[in-house]
Amino acid sequence: MIAKTISRRTLVKTGIGAIAAPALFAMPTQAQTAVIKIGHVSPRTGPLAGFGEADSFILEQVRGILSKGLSNGGKSYKVEIISKDSQSSGSRAAEVASELILGDKVHLLVGSGTPDTTNPISDQAEVNEVPCITTNCPWQPYFFGRKGDPAKGFTWTYHFFWGLEDVIGSFLALWDSVPNNKVIGGLFPNDADGNAWGDPVRGVPPAYAKAGYKLVDPGRYQPMNNDFTSQISAFKAAGAEIVTGVMIPPDFATFWSQAAQQGFKPKIVTIGKALLFPSVIDSLGARGNGLSSEIWWSPNHPFKSGLTGQSCAALAESYSKAAGKPWTQPIGFQHALFEVAIDVLKRAKNPTDAKSILDAIVATNYESIVGKVQWTGQPVKNVTKTPLVGGQWQKKGDKFELVITENKTAPAIPVGGKLQPLG
Amino acid sequence: MTEWLNVILQGVLIGGLYAMFAAGLSLIFGVMRLVNIAHGDLIVLAAYVALMVTQTLGLDPLTSLLLVVPAMAIIGYALQRLLLNRTLGDDLLPPLLVTFGLSIIIQNGLLELFTADSRKLQAGAVETMTYQIGPGIWLGLLPLIQFVVAVAVIAALQVLFYRTSLGRAFRATSDDPSVAQLMGLDTRHVFAMAMALSLAVVAIAGVFLAVRSNFDPAIGPARLIFGFEAVIIGGLGSMWGTLAGGVILGVSQAIGAQIDPGWQLLAGHIVFLVILAVRPQGLFPKVSG
Repeated sequence: MIAKTISRRTLVKTGIGAIAAPALFAMPTQAQTAVIKIGHVSPRTGPLAGFGEADSFILEQVRGILSKGLSNGGKSYKVEIISKDSQSSGSRAAEVASELILGDKVHLLVGSGTPDTTNPISDQAEVNEVPCITTNCPWQPYFFGRKGDPAKGFTWTYHFFWGLEDVIGSFLALWDSVPNNKVIGGLFPNDADGNAWGDPVRGVPPAYAKAGYKLVDPGRYQPMNNDFTSQISAFKAAGAEIVTGVMIPPDFATFWSQAAQQGFKPKIVTIGKALLFPSVIDSLGARGNGLSSEIWWSPNHPFKSGLTGQSCAALAESYSKAAGKPWTQPIGFQHALFEVAIDVLKRAKNPTDAKSILDAIVATNYESIVGKVQWTGQPVKNVTKTPLVGGQWQKKGDKFELVITENKTAPAIPVGGKLQPLG
Repeated sequence: MTEWLNVILQGVLIGGLYAMFAAGLSLIFGVMRLVNIAHGDLIVLAAYVALMVTQTLGLDPLTSLLLVVPAMAIIGYALQRLLLNRTLGDDLLPPLLVTFGLSIIIQNGLLELFTADSRKLQAGAVETMTYQIGPGIWLGLLPLIQFVVAVAVIAALQVLFYRTSLGRAFRATSDDPSVAQLMGLDTRHVFAMAMALSLAVVAIAGVFLAVRSNFDPAIGPARLIFGFEAVIIGGLGSMWGTLAGGVILGVSQAIGAQIDPGWQLLAGHIVFLVILAVRPQGLFPKVSG
């Protein structure tokens, strides 16, 4: 009877239950197992659900590895991951983050998937002095979106991903590889990404101008737009041969059908965010062929997981097998997030103490499946960058493949083909 | 100048789509004073039904309408009979809340079934076929078909409302449900028929939306607002008014966008607010009495 009570108690998820239960184990055969709790927030439902889609696969993989416990300094710890859905909403993300911190008393908070998730949970962690690692959001919206001061930075919150300067570099390298008239049509929505990219001082325009390109930017449109006629006429009037921007998939699809209906035929279409997922390209049918995009991660990246030993190709394949769907770019980062978290917990002097975990984060020097993660103070204190390249969706047989066509900003990543102008 | 003509023309064509979003809303509000918050999600549901039909049977999206329209109508009839009829009463709030809940259920149900992947229906060459009808003025075949269908749908609803016995039943129930019931009309059936008809129109709107652009389980609510605005601009209860409302909304957005893309939706909202302030009954309200 007593044993039964104990086993039920160990399952109780409240802080008291978790702390009290191991104390009741007085038997000498049982090692003293303390529990480390990781809180995880990502968008599983809502408009950004694509970014959290691989989470159940990754979580299952990580929980499997952690089922034997985590050893640190000769001691074995039980690790519990509590994952919550941000529902693609910033306020919801803040709410669940605060539940994880104050209710579940997590020792480390991790999160991913656009500023709508990374920023509110990082803010909660900073205020409550809980160490926090995030990824999958360009660093400018993460850092400046949180009113970060590059001179001071943040204390408790760290982030790894690429930045706007990498997008600019890789887009320019893509366009330079095909002869064109250097006139660009820009499509920037009135949202966090669109305003950051389109900003005339801190965004893409000055860099494009410096590289000799002329940008036609009709202005910010509202996301979920139904009519791009005015933008298309402006691009036609200026003779734009390149179209770029940062869009959501429905907006791009509307634009792209209307472009055909209005007889507008650009040579190169390179769009951030909208063209990341194979499902989007498949949905566009034949018109999806030849579109280009930024690439953060692919099965051809030359990295491997420090957690499972899998190569990028092996991870992508095991996802495809488990989910019955093609690989997507966030998979690598979702995997890397837990790789880094586990590495940090292994190295922390006391993995249940916030300050020790923070010290371990600051000292990170880890080769993950998305590249090296080490916070060196560049570009700012709390951000380290992973490589970004550019590529094109090309039809191979009856499937579209994302071919890396330039690697100027990250030469370590092999190129798989050449950019083909749109027919 | 031709640039403006082109922009206005495209606005008119999109107005047809807005009118189809709005017609179903207007119909059920007119007949049973039900504000259907789940309307946008039902449009997305119709798009997914069409996706299943086109994928399993290999049909063209426009042909798939032959199956999707009756399927949605049956869903509508059942929905009204089994769920919404129970919420109708003197109070507007319970049906409003139930449809709000329905909206969340549909979104998450679709997410479970179809994942968050962005989908689109492939209509082939029709999608990109276009005619240059003047210097700088282009008329896409798909937007044209969409507009013609919208006009046909509105005309059919108008005929149904004012020339058939079902329409008479709708109007009678709308005027006074208790008296209609006394005259031998089964209002539960009449309401269910109205919802069936509303979802039949939703099916057409959903298929056109899904051919035009990508859809995913979460986009419904964003499409709903244009439907509401078109209804209010046109005036409740008048089908031609709904078409006019859609076109006015489409054109004002197009003109706004031509001035500055940031003005696109704002221009539509301003026109809506001005009409609401100046003529709260809408431009073409139902003839009273």
